[in-house]
Amino acid sequence: MIAFSASEAIQQIVNALSLGSTYALLGLGVAAIYSVLGLINFAHGELVTLAGFTMYALRIYDVPWLLVVPVAIIAAGIAALAMERIAFRPVRGAPPVTLLLTTLGLSIIIQNFLLLTLGARSKSLGIGDWSNSTFHVAGIFVQWFDVATVLTTAASLVLLTVFLRKSVRGLALRAAAEGLTMTRLMGIRADSIVTGAFVVSGILAGIAAFFYIGTLGQVGYNYGFSPLLKGFIAAVIGGLGSLGGAVAGGFTLAALEIFFQVALPAENTPFTGAIVFAMVIVVLLFRPQGLFGRSLATERV
Amino acid sequence: MSVKRLLKRDRDPEGVPEPSVPGALFAATNLSARYGVSPVLRGVDLHVMPGEIVTLLGANGAGKTTFLYTVMGLVQMTSGSLVYEGQDLSALSPEDRVNCGIALSPEGRRIFAKMTVEENLRLGAGIKHQAQYGENRDWVFGLFPVLERLQGTTAGLLSGGEQQQLAVGRALMSKPKLLLLDEPSLGLAPKIVATIFDLINSLRGEGVTILLVEQNVRLALDIADRGYVLQTGQLELSGDAQDLKKNASVEEAYLGLAVGS
Repeated sequence: MIAFSASEAIQQIVNALSLGSTYALLGLGVAAIYSVLGLINFAHGELVTLAGFTMYALRIYDVPWLLVVPVAIIAAGIAALAMERIAFRPVRGAPPVTLLLTTLGLSIIIQNFLLLTLGARSKSLGIGDWSNSTFHVAGIFVQWFDVATVLTTAASLVLLTVFLRKSVRGLALRAAAEGLTMTRLMGIRADSIVTGAFVVSGILAGIAAFFYIGTLGQVGYNYGFSPLLKGFIAAVIGGLGSLGGAVAGGFTLAALEIFFQVALPAENTPFTGAIVFAMVIVVLLFRPQGLFGRSLATERV
Repeated sequence: MSVKRLLKRDRDPEGVPEPSVPGALFAATNLSARYGVSPVLRGVDLHVMPGEIVTLLGANGAGKTTFLYTVMGLVQMTSGSLVYEGQDLSALSPEDRVNCGIALSPEGRRIFAKMTVEENLRLGAGIKHQAQYGENRDWVFGLFPVLERLQGTTAGLLSGGEQQQLAVGRALMSKPKLLLLDEPSLGLAPKIVATIFDLINSLRGEGVTILLVEQNVRLALDIADRGYVLQTGQLELSGDAQDLKKNASVEEAYLGLAVGS
């Protein structure tokens, strides 16, 4: 039997919220592209890596973090734009398998380019003590970094929601998720819609990169794999293409991971990933449309 | 070499073929199109004069929807010409065709079901007409009062007739000069169909020219000025709506069971 004290439980809930925020941002980034193009971008993790290396490059010159973070986020957005223009636009309209392989190929190319130019060793970002500083409330220690993660994610979600509901371009993104051809018949260019989806996805990856890479304190050429996997699973659990579902999926995934890390005996915690993935498979066996997705029978035009 | 030149000349503004009928708002001349290898339109000549309601009739699979898709640029034409307001449409993307004043209310309505009525209408105004959004919306609300009442409702929850009105209203949000309507009666109860057709007829006074694709022949010919009958991708008949109505072969030979009783 495992026993939790109340404060321990709250402590873990805080951890899950923080981890879930990062996963939610990653899941949203994957879902934003999928909803418009029906494409899983397996190079999404490389956006996180590239944002990480941008932070590293700026930190070499002691650029203050307050400047590093926005620049890294913008860099991820630009990288996403470049991906779309260089790799995806030429194959738009190709069979899904072609698109899928293009994203995989792009991921491999970027990883190997980084490996060749920057080497295999991880680079330290030189994150100061501030990232570990904590405060004490009602018997629990809370890291300021976790607070920042949760608040930034909440703010990002609010901004994204306003964008998707109030601006024409945001409306066009949601409309394209229901049918790209019909959205074009509103006189809104397909290119501008797809570009918009990639910019949103890139910015979300950039924000997530700060919290993900920041927590690790270092970045390497292959650091994108885990964020991609988490984002992909979050989006799948949530029901691919559903943006709200991706957020819920991210928090669900984080809650499961934290739960098993705490609940399993210490020698078994390495199996957390395996158990969580097995649960995801079980969930999808019974609800192939994801926990929060609509029925697969819903027409996709 | 010579082929390339010909193509280039076709796209040259000066090389635009004259519309078959002078003064037409829209004219398709000798239009052919195909899906993959199978031809679906063969040498179709069709024109619409400003202010007219023209109906394109034909049995299922005759190529009516393909014709509209070809006009919008969603299906590539293989030969012939499409001229709208003296402008060659073939060089324009579907988006540009919408932005120069052609709008399609598609078969099956294709409204954005997860979005509200108002959001659907905002999208209908595209990027280009957002500045006139309020004005155009009030115009559409005037024509379809039910949409004003339901503006906050998720479109997928509307009844079939309401969704059809939304589809037409959304197409009108760009203040098109030429409105293409694809089977607005599809799947609706007769009483609701009558309401929709009254609304379409009332657009005549709003400066909107209409090309109406229908299987419900009698209703379409009731409100149309002229009609064309398409069979397996070729025009079989054309003429004044009243004349077509009297033509027994329209019902028997080309329209099968589609005639309303």
